[in-house]
Amino acid sequence: MKQPIYLDNNATTPLDPRVLEAMLPYFTEKFGNAASRNHAFGWVAEEGVDYAREQVAKLIGCTEKEIIFTSGATEADNLGIKGVFEMYKEKGNHIITAVTEHKAVLDTCKHLEKNGARVTYLGVKEDGLIDLAELEAAMTPETILVSIMYGNNEIGVIQPVKEIAAIAHKHGALFMTDATQAVGKIPVDVNTDGIDLMAFSAHKMYGPKGVGVLYVRRKNPRVKVTAQMDGGGHERGMRSGTLNVPGIVGLGKACELCRLEMESESVRLAALRDKLETTLNKMEESYVNGNTQHRLPHVANISFKYVEGEGLMMAMSDLAVSSGSACTSASLEPSYVLKSLGLSDDLAHSSIRYGLGRFTTEAEIDQAIEVTQKAVNHLRELSPLWEMFKEGIDLSKIEWAEH
Amino acid sequence: MAYSEKVIDHYNNPRNVGTLNKDSKFVGTGLVGAPECGDVMRLQIEVGEDNVITDAKFKTFGCGSAIASSSLATEWLKGKTIDEALSIDNMDIVEELALPPVKIHCSVLAEDAIKSAINDYRVKNGLEAIVLEKSHH
Ligand SMILES: Cc1ncc(COP(=O)(O)O)c(C=O)c1O
Ligand code: FES
Repeated sequence: MKQPIYLDNNATTPLDPRVLEAMLPYFTEKFGNAASRNHAFGWVAEEGVDYAREQVAKLIGCTEKEIIFTSGATEADNLGIKGVFEMYKEKGNHIITAVTEHKAVLDTCKHLEKNGARVTYLGVKEDGLIDLAELEAAMTPETILVSIMYGNNEIGVIQPVKEIAAIAHKHGALFMTDATQAVGKIPVDVNTDGIDLMAFSAHKMYGPKGVGVLYVRRKNPRVKVTAQMDGGGHERGMRSGTLNVPGIVGLGKACELCRLEMESESVRLAALRDKLETTLNKMEESYVNGNTQHRLPHVANISFKYVEGEGLMMAMSDLAVSSGSACTSASLEPSYVLKSLGLSDDLAHSSIRYGLGRFTTEAEIDQAIEVTQKAVNHLRELSPLWEMFKEGIDLSKIEWAEH
Repeated sequence: MAYSEKVIDHYNNPRNVGTLNKDSKFVGTGLVGAPECGDVMRLQIEVGEDNVITDAKFKTFGCGSAIASSSLATEWLKGKTIDEALSIDNMDIVEELALPPVKIHCSVLAEDAIKSAINDYRVKNGLEAIVLEKSHH
């Protein structure tokens, strides 16, 4: 079978061969435990981890001591939010987040609500950005944490992180951000941005799966989180467990490459994305979802009205993309992110997310355009809704049989 | 999830896509599903002498399994009498297309569309609508 063109880089990215190369020795001759202090095997592993920590720190503008290695962004989100809630509960129990967050944040907050937290879930505007005035109004003296993501995984919009941080700090709360989709893709600097805690993951930036970071600020203010796992007290007591040395080395290398190549790579990707998006948006009844000014360079989310996303993806089996559609009859809901933009369900059902990456070529984009156009046209030929639209029938006036 | 070969075949080469004149008294039209749910199926039959279905057409907005289910349904309908058509069960479609459990309702939709098209035809021709047992969804 011919491999489809991979345009799902928001789900995960392929491992860069240079990252793999850096990792390999740490599976074989450099297999030591980084916590073994008494022999060379341990020292060599520790050196690898130290170098990686340095690379991670350089990418996000922090110091090495502020980095806690985790198993990924999900764990980092859990550790950051639960850890802050437990550490600061004397001060207050209120957390503010947004409805468009990843489940790793939303479900963590839901969990904390059962343990006495009060959580405000801010809605978003039509373009996917939160309303700063609404945030300001939601702040209370009990607010200990504001957790708003950097770039959204479905539509790519970038929240006004600096402004959010300023509002949080003005009211004495900490600011955390899930920057899984942003780190390595656009400049993220914890000091310029005013970030106190930040979660991200290696496998979204051409590193390996199963390794990520929680950044925890050590100065102005010194932030602490309560550990969520008991054990040997690794990572300054905040995350026990023998370090995943090859994974961490891979993450370090991935960060190094992103730092060195980001500037040119983000320009290249934005140009390809724009080509894809402008061409597809010229099709009749196609809509770009989310703010197009404040956006990650590699994401396009487009709804092709009157065709259903899952059916569409099947017609585009030459492309690996994802859709916000999920048939409600199959007890699934269409994307909650798209719905929170105020998109009607039928547009949410018609959406396709294209996530470009380091290995995406212009030839692939040209092919993606062609495949999409063909598929959309094919499915519209099959679509009773398209036919009605063409006949000028107002679909909202039809009484649909409920089921 | 991987699709069965039969689903892919119907999907790539859908049979009987199109539109019959819904105002003709020989044509019955069934429109089921809703855009908000991500599935809308329109199935039409044309009935000739002796209650035999002479033509069937469909258009579907939905997943691949829904498209394949309706395509298959139109194939089965042609040449059947109305009574025979009424006995088509969604599980026959499930079996023929090897649909996995989460896709069973796509076949239910096709069964509903058949029944609703037949009822439309019956009502148009002065017959009573058949009371449909509420299918499992
Ligand atoms: C915004 C965001 N947060 C968290 C995660 C989870 O990351 P991980 O797979 O490393 O746990 C993802 C990836 O799906 C994501 O896109
Ligand atoms: S129509 Fe709902 S999944 Fe097929």
